[in-house]
Amino acid sequence: MVNYFLDIFANVSWLAAMPSGTQFVLAALMTGLPLFLFVAINALIAVYAERKISAFMQDRLGPMGQGVGLHAGKWGLLQTLADALKLILKQDIIPALADRKLFILAPFIIFIAAFVAIAAMPFNQHILAADFNIGVFFILAVGSVGVIGIIMAGYSSNNKWSLYGAMRSAAQIISYEIPAALSILTVIMLTGSLQMQEIIKAQSGTIWGILPNWFIFNNPFTFLAFFLFFISGVAETNRTPFDLPEAESELVAGFHTEYSGMRWAFFFLSEYANVFIVSGITAVAFLGGWQSPISGYLDGPIWGLVWFFGKVSFLILVMMWFRWTFPRLRTDQLMRMGWKYFLPASLVNILGVGLWDLVVN
Amino acid sequence: MTDTLDLELGSVQAEEMVLNMGPQHPSTHGVLRLKVRTDGEIVTHITPYIGYLHRCFEKHCENVTYEQVIPYTDRCDYIASMNNNFGYAVAVEQLMDIKVPEKVEHIRVIVAELNRIASHLLAVGTFGLDVGAFTPFLYCFRDRERILDLFEMLCGARLLYSYIWIGGLSHDLPVGWVEKTYEFLDYFEPQVEEYNNLLTFNKIFIERTADVGVLPREVAISYGVTGPNLRGSGVKWDLRKDDPYSIYDRFEFDIPIGTGVMGTVGDCWDRYYIRIREIEESAKIVRQALEQLPRDGDVHEALPKKIRPPKGHIYSRTETPRGDLGYYIISDGKPIPYRLKMRSPAFTALSCINEISHGWMISDVFAILGSLDIVLGEIDR
Repeated sequence: MVNYFLDIFANVSWLAAMPSGTQFVLAALMTGLPLFLFVAINALIAVYAERKISAFMQDRLGPMGQGVGLHAGKWGLLQTLADALKLILKQDIIPALADRKLFILAPFIIFIAAFVAIAAMPFNQHILAADFNIGVFFILAVGSVGVIGIIMAGYSSNNKWSLYGAMRSAAQIISYEIPAALSILTVIMLTGSLQMQEIIKAQSGTIWGILPNWFIFNNPFTFLAFFLFFISGVAETNRTPFDLPEAESELVAGFHTEYSGMRWAFFFLSEYANVFIVSGITAVAFLGGWQSPISGYLDGPIWGLVWFFGKVSFLILVMMWFRWTFPRLRTDQLMRMGWKYFLPASLVNILGVGLWDLVVN
Repeated sequence: MTDTLDLELGSVQAEEMVLNMGPQHPSTHGVLRLKVRTDGEIVTHITPYIGYLHRCFEKHCENVTYEQVIPYTDRCDYIASMNNNFGYAVAVEQLMDIKVPEKVEHIRVIVAELNRIASHLLAVGTFGLDVGAFTPFLYCFRDRERILDLFEMLCGARLLYSYIWIGGLSHDLPVGWVEKTYEFLDYFEPQVEEYNNLLTFNKIFIERTADVGVLPREVAISYGVTGPNLRGSGVKWDLRKDDPYSIYDRFEFDIPIGTGVMGTVGDCWDRYYIRIREIEESAKIVRQALEQLPRDGDVHEALPKKIRPPKGHIYSRTETPRGDLGYYIISDGKPIPYRLKMRSPAFTALSCINEISHGWMISDVFAILGSLDIVLGEIDR
């Protein structure tokens, strides 16, 4: 996307006259700002959806209002906006004994990790901030930077609950990153590329003329890899049933117990950004990204957006469904699941995909 | 207590950490403070500190008349006020040798069992909340709400009823209440299946609760644990059957006991499942009592004009949703009790927390605490 803007600048005389550094910064801003807006709007919509979906699952109404004024709008549509406003206006509290520098820095590191990962997310055939040749690797690598922020938040708060949350989170995210990376490796083996667009393009066409040629349907091993990756992804986003780092009934609020106002909102933003990333990468790697489910039909760029967001929304819905159905696992059970079942299974998967590729294809 | 780990890099000191759980904490079920010593995430010792909700219940009782004690009993176990009223009324009636009319007895059993269902629903729901499942909690509240509506219709209150009086009841049944209760039972009985599907037999829930916090039979008896917690340990002890008061001997119902289907007898899952089973049994009792309920009669018939028990003392116990609730009353012939002592089942249940939770993880402490179903109002009094 940056290069795309730079090409445009080169053709406009007064822009081309500017120093190349300025041009680059301008192009980067034009790419980055919409992404930032997207992260914020994504959180707004996701929070509203989460509230309404959880309400429907729990036999409640969720946020409701009668109209404009001091109400939360029709069907509570303005509820998240009102909440955002409240969070901005709230007093910013930093505990007296906290490590100030780390305390202030932590939410930004977590947010940046989530935000940067979206740069490599292809929304359709053309909209993609940065088409790296290492796209998948980049997202996985950047995703683990968030752990540092979580540890910083937990340590600097000078609160025992936060420390427990941070410790749990570090252990959890690292344990689940390995099966996640190994299961996405199966897709990379079949594609031979780490580039997101290449992975999606490799999924065009059909299998036996009926099923779309998505990697989830490609062979039994990738089918399993889809579930392994998605569940590991849910574990990485710290959501129920893997929400041990936050665990409101145990650790009060885990690593962000001491945060309030806008600082807390950054944790919130990045949680929903992470949810989007995990769903997005699952959709790209296993569900054909922006590919139409009926091969050859409705596959223009606009439809590409519709399919991509449709698939991502479905996966986000599944994650919310998890959250409002399951109890929480215990730390040792979580570790056991990660290291004893997911890791061997994903290793076997790699072997299986290799053999399948050798024998069948 | 420090352990020294000798590593090649030198020696690392490992220290135990003291965690203060509460009195402000989302899952301590009130204002309980637990001082937890932990080794990593493993709990080595728990000391419960109580008294944050102490309101001098027993001392107050020495200064008010016998009728005026009833609202105080409401505020002890505020989740099951009907049962607390019931226990107190039975104690004073025994002391004064009052025979209450049939209709009153039936209504008392109906409201006490409905209240038991409501209380167990809360216990089940909050236990789900303690292990991280939010939805069952709201399902339980949705159904509990209907019981509260019935009680509101009955006496105007939704939590602190003061409905059962010495020798009678505060109000007669309003028109249409019996039909509404039938309606509720028809709606409610199939709902238990939903809780089972959503929570009881959920794999993660079983992982979290089976084999966790095992309260062995002997330990339970030696600590004086009663109610569902004792029955979860496999002891068939229920005052409604073993020492029947009121008219409980007329009804057909089972006493569910823990069998250790999912793990060990007396684990958190057993204690939880006892409550689900008791909900079903209580619904059965309510149905029978409604069928036998005499339609006419005055609930104020046996109300004594003056409550002035003869000199003497009485210890009377009833089965509340939390266990044996005992009232020990000494009367010196005056209209105010000379001394009133309450034996709180939740207090004894809490006392065994260190015994059953050391060696488990922090997450399990909440599961164990939730499975004991304590109410701080009754512990602190």
